[in-house]
Amino acid sequence: MKLTLKIWRQKNAKAAGGFVTYQMNDVSPEMAFLEMLDALNKKLVEEDKEPIAFDHDCREGICGSCGMYINGHPHGPVPAITTCHLSMRFFKDGETVWIEPWRAKPFPVIRDLIVDRTAFDKIQFAGGFISINTGGAPEANLIPVKKEDSDNAFDSAVCVGCGACVAACKNASAMLFVSAKISQFALLPQGRIEARDRVRSMVEKMDELGFGNCSNTGACEAECPKEIKISNIARLNREFYKAY
Amino acid sequence: MSKVVFASISKKFTMALAGLFLITFLPVHLAINLMLLKSDPVPFTQAAHFMATFPLVKIMELVLFATILIHVSYGIYLQIVNWLARPVGYAGGSKSETSFFSRFMIWTGATIFTFLVLHFFNFYFVKIGLVKGDPENFYAMAHGLFKVPAYNYIYLICFSVLGFHLYHAFSSAFQTLGLNHRIWTPVVKTVALIYSIIIPAGFAVIPIILWFFR
Repeated sequence: MKLTLKIWRQKNAKAAGGFVTYQMNDVSPEMAFLEMLDALNKKLVEEDKEPIAFDHDCREGICGSCGMYINGHPHGPVPAITTCHLSMRFFKDGETVWIEPWRAKPFPVIRDLIVDRTAFDKIQFAGGFISINTGGAPEANLIPVKKEDSDNAFDSAVCVGCGACVAACKNASAMLFVSAKISQFALLPQGRIEARDRVRSMVEKMDELGFGNCSNTGACEAECPKEIKISNIARLNREFYKAY
Repeated sequence: MSKVVFASISKKFTMALAGLFLITFLPVHLAINLMLLKSDPVPFTQAAHFMATFPLVKIMELVLFATILIHVSYGIYLQIVNWLARPVGYAGGSKSETSFFSRFMIWTGATIFTFLVLHFFNFYFVKIGLVKGDPENFYAMAHGLFKVPAYNYIYLICFSVLGFHLYHAFSSAFQTLGLNHRIWTPVVKTVALIYSIIIPAGFAVIPIILWFFR
């Protein structure tokens, strides 16, 4: 399979970046997208050129670090997967593939396709945790939790914090991420204890970091590799109103 | 206290409430406008006179203007924040699946606001004496305007745009207020679709009938 890659190259956060075109003539449809980039990097190193910097860690769709914007979609054109799970069989022979970093003011580019996502960590540190002393693991059935609530809390907790929601949103809003982190606690009795302070602090931090506002377009939901629903954003709004 | 006032969610909450208030006002305005279709000018003139003089309506008029101001100014403010949040766009464009009309809310809103300014020059400024005209004869003035093809084109375009704006705004306001429900959200979306067709169509039918059939 022959592909033309248009990849964003940027030396560092302060340097001006631009697209560089690479020709790949021997891409196997069985390759993963990141393997294809590995092959390109091998070629670049052999040619004594600077390899392309991109984030990756587990390559199992769990860590959420391999975010890149491929042909107009965060994590590429296939729904509900991270970039590492994207297979090259979803691309056509002769296709031009645009590969860009996440674009958002709170996610500055560090190098090439790597962005600084510590903004998400800062939101988490503002309240996305339970600070009470829980002691040893108690019997799970001591505190009854409605099945629907525990299912919804789990569905929210699968957010890997990759930032695709911010990347997809036309406003670079972090509401889906924050709403998932709020929901995973708000739905469970242990999380209710600090619910008020949590939502106040996390929303305040989110605003302070310069993310945009949610305008309910639904792009985040469509692109989230973990299929987090925007009903979480309505819950975040409710939690926020309850907190004041 | 300042934290809640300046929070992004609070601004959106205020905007959603203001928008829902404006949504409730539109059927009232439409009901009066439909009286323009009667060949007898008395019912419309009486309704217009009531709206211009009844004290409670006059208070509601101030509330309405304040609501428009809040909705528009917050809309512009939030849009600027949104633009600033992405200083560099995507060269490959965005192909994410979104609710279509949600992408153009600032532009459909700007179109509606422009029409509102025109509408104020045509009627409200006449009523308060800023622009020449007979405030007791809006019936004849409206009929006169609906004989001008250019005005009718602008009118019909603006009300189509209002429909696009309403379709997203109606259900979006509920989501912003935190009112999301497994059963009721699809119902709200259906009502939004019906409302966003019926209201603009109701307004549009007036110039169409007066222009083509009278």
